Amino acid sequence: MPEVRFLFLGREEFNVLARTGVPTAEDIAEVMPSKERLAKGAVAMIECFQKIPCDPCYHSCKRQAIQPFADINDRPRLDHDKCNGCAMCLSRCPGLAIFIIDQTYSADKALIKIPYEYLPLPAEGHVVDAVNRAGQTVGEAQVVKVQSSEKLEGTNIVWLAVPHHLAMEVRHFKVKEVR
Amino acid sequence: MRIKEHPILKFEHGKKVKFYYNGTELEGYEGETIAAALHAAGIRTMRESIHLHRPRGLFCNIGNCSSCLMVVDGMPNVRVCVEKLREGMRVETQRGKGELK
Amino acid sequence: MRYTEICIIGGGPAGLTAALKAAGLGAEVTLVDRNDYLGGQLIKQTHRFFGSKQQRASERGINIARELSAAVLNNDKIKVLTEATVLGYYEDGVVAVEQHDKFIKIKPQKLIVATGGAEKTLAFPNNDLPGIYGAGAVQTLVNVNGVKPGKKVLMVGAGNIGVIVSYQLIQAGVEVAAIIEAAPTIGAYWVHASKVVRAGVPIYTSHTIKRAWGDQELEGATVVKLDENWQPIAGTEIDFDVDVICLSVGLSPLTELLWQAGCKMAYVPELCGHVPLRNENLETSIPGIYVAGDVGGIEEASAAMMEGALAGLNAAKSLGYHAPDFAEQRAGVLKELEGLRSGPVGEKIRSGLAKVVL
Repeated sequence: MPEVRFLFLGREEFNVLARTGVPTAEDIAEVMPSKERLAKGAVAMIECFQKIPCDPCYHSCKRQAIQPFADINDRPRLDHDKCNGCAMCLSRCPGLAIFIIDQTYSADKALIKIPYEYLPLPAEGHVVDAVNRAGQTVGEAQVVKVQSSEKLEGTNIVWLAVPHHLAMEVRHFKVKEVR
Repeated sequence: MRIKEHPILKFEHGKKVKFYYNGTELEGYEGETIAAALHAAGIRTMRESIHLHRPRGLFCNIGNCSSCLMVVDGMPNVRVCVEKLREGMRVETQRGKGELK
Repeated sequence: MRYTEICIIGGGPAGLTAALKAAGLGAEVTLVDRNDYLGGQLIKQTHRFFGSKQQRASERGINIARELSAAVLNNDKIKVLTEATVLGYYEDGVVAVEQHDKFIKIKPQKLIVATGGAEKTLAFPNNDLPGIYGAGAVQTLVNVNGVKPGKKVLMVGAGNIGVIVSYQLIQAGVEVAAIIEAAPTIGAYWVHASKVVRAGVPIYTSHTIKRAWGDQELEGATVVKLDENWQPIAGTEIDFDVDVICLSVGLSPLTELLWQAGCKMAYVPELCGHVPLRNENLETSIPGIYVAGDVGGIEEASAAMMEGALAGLNAAKSLGYHAPDFAEQRAGVLKELEGLRSGPVGEKIRSGLAKVVL
């Protein structure tokens, strides 16, 4: 992640996300589950940083972990303790802005579930390039599972195993080109 | 260039037909727009501008702007972005304002 | 002469919803559209929509188009004329239509104009080269025709359309070199922007296109950075080797019929052009002529559907049709519209709409 700072907080033209499309470390910190919650297993991270008229995530959550919207323009507020990482909201978010993180996946790997609407779909077991929010390759990830049932209506969910330190970095992947 | 696979869409085509672009035989699908068939064959120039004779292609692709006028089966000023392809059609680059013969 | 209670011009999200609501109250409707399908620009919207449940949030536009069209075609109260282009509106209230080389005259008691918008272009040297398209044109080519516009695209404009079409180009297997935006910030919803940026498409804000180059077709473009006064900064030029440029620089309302009808119009930049003045029922200064959707100011499809519902309900009500829950339905739609426009991203629309109240 590039080092970026808010010089003039609140003024949109100085908001890095509004200028580049890349959320800052501060943005991410705001929606990140606590260390304690991450240590308990799978949980959603809703990377939605703007007040826009949209609420399907709320309606998709069966556990009421996403707080009711007083106004449709509210940003989603997720109670990480109520969320069990079921991923129901993942394929309903029109912004593809929700990810599931499981830091307890294995001793050295975290599991990330990513909504994915591109082709080709990778195959389970494949190694892909792990990509961060800025579109840069930051390492490799192993494809653990690909969910692509009809119910998902084209928004497939790809499960990636990445080294623990990349769990908060990797939000996309690239299928390696056949050499 | 046609899209072969797509994560959301499935493209259905009519039957394959032959048509002619400035005399050259090309293939397309019946019922698609002439502009789509030409693009699939890599052809993006549709007419010449009236005064400066510059090449012009598609702009709006929904029948609003008239950037894509061509001569189709002898008829000038046909918006090829909304005109459907039929077997044996003769499609030609339009030069000038077009004349009804 | 054909007589009808309500004539609706345009079968996009606004027109279809208007037809269903008006027919739902019992009115007899004639819906006219120039295409051989219904759905308007919804038929190329492959992404999931924002909004609320009532506006079918999270459904893809293509599916909404399919459902609305089927509901309209299966409704006995609605007569649908496709491949029918409205040529004009006459002072005696007659709508002139051309269909299959025949001239048809329709005399409606109420008229709902839902003609939508047209893409704007941008002035720069060589902007007329083949290979330079409106972003919506490319969206049609890719998502309806199933054909690629070229190999590598430069997107001009980082509003919702520019960013969404970039996303859809990647889905179709076309490379997007960059998105440039003259404004200092991205106009699209940030989640859309983040989605394409992580897929490898950089967004250059405060950048504009200086010129396109190419002999017979587009071969590339030079982009330049703008200072805080929107002036090009010398020495900041970047060359892009692209064979496609998509212009996503806004839409204009298609208001010709409203001008012909003599509706009071106003130029409102926030609504993207000349738009009709209207009351809360979406009725213009000419009694019996209603508007819905982009023709009254450019907005999202979700707002167009809600406006269609409002115009349809009110037009039918004005003919004496009623339903026990009419007040509830109308209030519900108004509340939905208010919700859509109430947040920070709705500020522009709110300020625009305040200028067109009759």
